[in-house]
Amino acid sequence: MNPVPAAQTRRISGADAVLRSLEAEGVEVVFGLPGGAILPIYDALARGTTLRHVLARHEQGAGHMAEGYARASGRPGVAFATSGPGATNLVTPIADAWMDSTPLVCVTGQVRSHLIGTDAFQECDITGVTTPIVKHSWLVQEAEEIPHVLKAAFHVARTGRCGPVLVDIPRDLQEAELDFRYPEQVDLPGWRPPTRGHPRQIAEAARRIAAAERPVLYVGGGTLNADACAELLEVAEAGRLPVVTTLMAKGAFPETHELHFGWPGMHGPKWSNLAMNTCDLLVAVGARFDDRVTGKLAAFAPGAAVVHLDIDAAEISKLRRADVPVVGPLKQILGELAGLLKTLTPPRTEPWLRQLEAWREEFPLRYGNGGELKPQRVLETLRDLTSGRDDVIWTTGVGQHQMWAMQYLRCDRPRTFITSGGLGTMGYGVPAAIGAKAARPDATVVCVDGDGCFQMTSQELATAVLEDLPIVTVVVNNGYLGMVQQWQSMFFDERHSHVSLTRAVPDYALLARAYGAEGFTVSAEHELADALSEALACGRTAVVDARVDPMEQCFPMIPAGAAALEMVEYEEPAGVSAA
Amino acid sequence: MTHTLSVLVENKPGALVRVCQLFARRGFNIESLAVGPTERPDVSCITLRVNCEQQPLEQIEKQMHKLVNVLRVRELPPDESVERELGLITVAAPPPRRAELLALTEVFNARVADVGPETIVFEIVGEPEEIDSFEELLRPHGIRELARTGRIGLRRASTRRPQLQRALT
Repeated sequence: MNPVPAAQTRRISGADAVLRSLEAEGVEVVFGLPGGAILPIYDALARGTTLRHVLARHEQGAGHMAEGYARASGRPGVAFATSGPGATNLVTPIADAWMDSTPLVCVTGQVRSHLIGTDAFQECDITGVTTPIVKHSWLVQEAEEIPHVLKAAFHVARTGRCGPVLVDIPRDLQEAELDFRYPEQVDLPGWRPPTRGHPRQIAEAARRIAAAERPVLYVGGGTLNADACAELLEVAEAGRLPVVTTLMAKGAFPETHELHFGWPGMHGPKWSNLAMNTCDLLVAVGARFDDRVTGKLAAFAPGAAVVHLDIDAAEISKLRRADVPVVGPLKQILGELAGLLKTLTPPRTEPWLRQLEAWREEFPLRYGNGGELKPQRVLETLRDLTSGRDDVIWTTGVGQHQMWAMQYLRCDRPRTFITSGGLGTMGYGVPAAIGAKAARPDATVVCVDGDGCFQMTSQELATAVLEDLPIVTVVVNNGYLGMVQQWQSMFFDERHSHVSLTRAVPDYALLARAYGAEGFTVSAEHELADALSEALACGRTAVVDARVDPMEQCFPMIPAGAAALEMVEYEEPAGVSAA
Repeated sequence: MTHTLSVLVENKPGALVRVCQLFARRGFNIESLAVGPTERPDVSCITLRVNCEQQPLEQIEKQMHKLVNVLRVRELPPDESVERELGLITVAAPPPRRAELLALTEVFNARVADVGPETIVFEIVGEPEEIDSFEELLRPHGIRELARTGRIGLRRASTRRPQLQRALT
């Protein structure tokens, strides 16, 4: 380090240095829960900061809040936790952020330096535990390192392919003093994310696209991370290209746009999977050929050449060989691609678009009518009640309700559908909604949850109420671990093993009221719109317990390991009309 | 197929673990591993041998490139690299057998590192395959203990062609 003039440095504690670094980084909100090894940082919070600290009820909640904040804002989410169990409770959100490429900076307290390795109280080797699920982690060795480490942490979290990082700071270093100056640059010789897609590769991609008769843009979550949705729209319109968005990319392309053709994969509509699997050119944009998208890989899109655009070279040809790889920032790549497509021969895709429209007409999403309230009806009502609004952000848990949310909600704007895709983390929805609300206080944030998911993180209702981060949670309550029940019904001869949760225990509306939130219970279709409208309009944290048909299954479904077009579709029972 | 990788990393705690974990998570066993300094004090070189197919290896190399501490990854093709290893071998050596053992030592350019009343410690430096052969010939005499450093390697000066370095994509 070069010596710096005294005027630019201040003598402060390591804990203060953490906060001054976050402030210099432009962080507005951190989510966390204090404990012994992070006390000096919490004391620094009490002594004064511009940061807002949101006190979670469980560190897992804090981590998912930081993720929700990141996905709603596009900025890294920040979570604080103490050593040992505080840090291990962050492991699930870190793994979740790793799988979904969510920029997340976790700061954990560690036991005092001289106690490390002695099995001290609340000691855990958290950098060791998290090694496979972080982009990088730092165990701070000297107080002087703190500003440099935090600068590097934010830089790594949000450059290249986004993801989680962890900074572990022993308590004695939080108390030690250092000469503070926040560095303007980082020195990371081994961290060189690509800065530009190669013009020759982009030109080749444009040529392939222009020559294709049945192309499909297969858009993944990387498009959102790259802030490249405007460029994506330009590409699609310039080439008259149909767009299929993955679960992670829902909202990256306007879903009411004539070129949007649904969502691929295990519970995607038949017409979306037909588009993906019968195309002659698959243009993957920030997508990673996940098994839930492709089904049996060997049978996936058999007639298609692949153009793969991604910031991460390690995704190219990982699962499906790319004929034209383009590695670089999607904003630049898509921008240049749009420019080239406008100069090439007029698109030849109209017959293909007509075919896709015909399939969409022929194979609509269907479900049964009659009997108990259908979960799909809950989602359709939510969709209709919010149609035309531009201030709604959805979050979900994981399972049947998540897939129905994908199928029935409509998102026309980026960063309005926040869900756990890769890791499939039950319990993600409520805390992610709180984080999204902190990022977008003007938005109406609605968590579509399952009853199993809700019970994993419902304690964060206290956070929503007391931190004035009102969210609406709609519990699609079928009294089951529904997706597991569906697998047992379909693939295990209907032997339902340990999946019944009951719809009545707990009483979710009563639970909501115990937290000082509004609670609603509906079990009939005619009550639905009123309860949901009231919850959306009340301006407070609210829980709507929607008691739905316990045995409703989510269709279509591609059985695990089957080819995408071997999907199981909804079958109309005799004498019942389809909706 | 067995591959030799040479990985330059920042000389920092955790760098080795992060590299090795990419193999461990896939259940690939690292057959030999050598870590040591390079011409730059802040850079270490990891040489590792692993038995895996080409496709997963390429994937692992790309993921290695993404590690913050990793500066360079390259494969050392056997015909284009100089590879060496050091072995220390303690062999039972009652006086009547010593002459035979010392003759063997000469053939392999090995050295006697230590002599005791009943055993000799041999030291051999060479290509890993030579050490294998030496080990096999000593085995009938009774190997009491054996330690090998794992191979290290560099590109041959005579065939150094920069374009051979594996491209990122």
